[in-house]
Amino acid sequence: MLLLIEQCLNGLQFGLLLFLLAAGLTLVFGIMDLVNLAHGSLYMVGAFLGATFASLTGSFVLGVLIGLVATWLVGMATEVIALRRLYGRDHLDHVLGTFGLILFFNEAVRLIWGPAGLNLTLPPWLNRSIEILPGVPYSSYRFSIIVVSLLVAAFLYLLVMRTRIGMLIRAGASNREMVAALGINIKLLYTLVFGLGAALAGLAGMMQAAIQSAQIGMGENILIVAFVVIIIGGIGSIRGAFVASILVGLIDTVGRSYLPDMLKLVLSQSAASTAGPALSSMLTYLLMAIVLIWRPEGLFPAGNK
Amino acid sequence: MANELLQIEGLTKRFGGVVASESVTLDVRVGELHAIIGPNGAGKTTLIGQLSGEVRPDAGRVRFDGQDITDQPTYRRSLMGLARSFQITSLFLDFTALDNVALAVQANAGHSFHFWRDARGEEELRAPARAALARVGLSQRADVLAASLSHGEHRLLEFAMALANQPRMLLLDEPMAGLGPEESARMVEMLRELKRELPILLIEHDMEAVFALADRITVLVDGRVIASGAPEEIRANEEVRQAYLGEQEATHG
Amino acid sequence: MTGPASSLRVWVTPRNVVVAAILAFMVLLPVYTSGTGNYFLLTLFTRIVILAIAAVSLNLIMGYGGMVSFGHAVYIGIGGYAVGILAHEGITSGLVQWPLALIVSALTGLIIGALCLRTRGVYFIMITLAFAQMIYFIAVALDRYGADDGLTIYKRSQFGGLLDLANKTVFYYLCVVLLIGTIYLVQRLVNSRFGQVIQGSRANDRRMRALGFPTFRYKLACFVIAGTICGLSGALLANHTDFISPAMMHWTRSGDLIVMVVLGGMASVFGPLIGAVALLVLEELLSGITEYWQIILGPLLLLVVLFARGGIDGILLHWHDHYRAMSGAIGGLMARVRRG
Repeated sequence: MLLLIEQCLNGLQFGLLLFLLAAGLTLVFGIMDLVNLAHGSLYMVGAFLGATFASLTGSFVLGVLIGLVATWLVGMATEVIALRRLYGRDHLDHVLGTFGLILFFNEAVRLIWGPAGLNLTLPPWLNRSIEILPGVPYSSYRFSIIVVSLLVAAFLYLLVMRTRIGMLIRAGASNREMVAALGINIKLLYTLVFGLGAALAGLAGMMQAAIQSAQIGMGENILIVAFVVIIIGGIGSIRGAFVASILVGLIDTVGRSYLPDMLKLVLSQSAASTAGPALSSMLTYLLMAIVLIWRPEGLFPAGNK
Repeated sequence: MANELLQIEGLTKRFGGVVASESVTLDVRVGELHAIIGPNGAGKTTLIGQLSGEVRPDAGRVRFDGQDITDQPTYRRSLMGLARSFQITSLFLDFTALDNVALAVQANAGHSFHFWRDARGEEELRAPARAALARVGLSQRADVLAASLSHGEHRLLEFAMALANQPRMLLLDEPMAGLGPEESARMVEMLRELKRELPILLIEHDMEAVFALADRITVLVDGRVIASGAPEEIRANEEVRQAYLGEQEATHG
Repeated sequence: MTGPASSLRVWVTPRNVVVAAILAFMVLLPVYTSGTGNYFLLTLFTRIVILAIAAVSLNLIMGYGGMVSFGHAVYIGIGGYAVGILAHEGITSGLVQWPLALIVSALTGLIIGALCLRTRGVYFIMITLAFAQMIYFIAVALDRYGADDGLTIYKRSQFGGLLDLANKTVFYYLCVVLLIGTIYLVQRLVNSRFGQVIQGSRANDRRMRALGFPTFRYKLACFVIAGTICGLSGALLANHTDFISPAMMHWTRSGDLIVMVVLGGMASVFGPLIGAVALLVLEELLSGITEYWQIILGPLLLLVVLFARGGIDGILLHWHDHYRAMSGAIGGLMARVRRG
């Protein structure tokens, strides 16, 4: 029972991490209509930057904060230098162009930091177990990831729904010419939004780096899961991304723990231990396939933010 | 009753809070040109969408030649003979004019799981296509890329495709849109000829054309049918004049 | 303009010259390598030819059909694994392995296509990617067949004395013949009625349905055909490298295929071949310069997308148009002078 609670919490944590990634992706796609495959690269760059600043300043929190700012800047630079010209073009062009960026970022990181990964060490106050409920110990770090992610989600919600900038973001998504005609600097808006998405990705990368260390290519695998999340949730919908990430996070984590045991009930021991891991990896995609058959536009199709 | 080719009963469609079609009932008889007019936003596009199968009505039925087609997909309605032209140019822009029309012919020439023979060399596709182009006066432009044709030629090409599609009835969505006076007159002449062969449901803004061609006119305002009958009746109808024709006269001065 | 000299003029375009040069090079290569004993080029070009077959199949659905599949390499994996798994289990006859590779590829294409083709645009791209990743993970989980590390193939596909695939030259020519055959078949397909429907669906799917075409089934059929052809290239690749591993179908491999097709020129007959040659030769050259060559390739790709969207084929055609316009103008001028 304790294990189930722990796995559910892990699932929630993973889901929220996914949400940070997916939110940036869906924001950029919903507003600038840009398919950004290099989003995973920003996740990776954020992880490396955070780890670097943490070791430079000796403080975890400071490292993360500076890393966030740095990633925001890298994101904006990427948008201005490379991605601006892609707006309005065919999605295939986006896919190709940002695929090229992935190659670039992977090599650039390898050039700067070397092929081995980088560790992000946790300060003692985060590296222990706390009792979140009586009798339920949980890693304080994972718990803080949950808390921080929920805060970010709340912040995003407020930003998009309740502020002028959020209004511009939503308006820009539905009518670029109008917003531009109103004298708002669309270019600047897009750059800032992209930077925000990059910062979110970077934050996710940093948080993950403390668990698994920053590695080259870490962005690619999780990027695909992030895309699956926004497909399930509905491209362009932050609410959809939230629901879908939690769903995927829970199913993936809990599924991986319990599926092999459940399979042993129906299959032989050896078959179950072979099929178990394979099927667990597939769970997310099976979920996506089911959602697609039932609702090809996702759970919360575009238009609902 | 037997000569009503298209019967629309109580078609209703809502998008969120907006009622695009409310209980629309009308029919199109063999041998007639039935025009639908109405101010912008009256729901004409939604109506055509429900007739062609791209929009599912919330209520009501559509019958074509006695058969209920309300749940039929678009392609099947087309194969049954309900051909449609598009208001906003919807052609195959990187194909030649002839290729465009040949596709329309091909759609009715059985299945297309033919993998070997060069389709551009098949006379059974090319000949009817050339004939349709000749009919609308585009023979000289057969080998020109659709993207290089003028707007007027696009409308004619639309027409040729609808004709080549072996229709038993035509749904024409604002064929005159964006045409100059000369081209409009040509189009009216073509429609007049066509009327004799095929029943036509014509959605149009151009009042001259409508009153010159229509056997019956239905007026749509805010998704509802407010009047339906012979042109003279419609012209005399007070409600219609207020809602629509008055507006038209004001703008056309 | 009439006569044999003018028809020759029609054929001698920059693009045709480049293609002819590549083809001639490919056909004559083994003569050079067996002469010098330097098999490096032969190995490189065998790989290029095999991947060109995969690129041709991708061009069919992507260039002509507008279906941008970011999971096409999965069929390379399936074809390869069919050969590898059977070889591991003792079945080395190519007459069993290769048909199975094709059939499994076709079935996979059928299932994936049936699910993915319900979507369009960016959804489609992402979903094909997701499914490919799913199959990649299945391969990674196959402990019996090497999992992540892969599986060595100790005996190439046997064709009972007819063809000795272990002979590098024989194998190379087999690949070349299959490539030419594939290009020809795909061209016939593209110009047939079926091909017209596929191209029409790319141009304007809505209109196609309005005309009366049930486009879904045609696109699905096209998807299956492309997957099957790609499965063949997988079987060839497994034989070429004597090795199979999940890396064959990693999504970056799919990305490579897309790059080849776009670089060569989408919806062109020889584009995929030109693209395969260009990409792989470029990789070889660049990696000779620096081990961080992808840092150059990445931005280069972006530049191609931004400024040379029609690919190499497009550039060659562009030159041709200029060339034609000029020679046409000169010809017209001379004719007028002659007439007096």
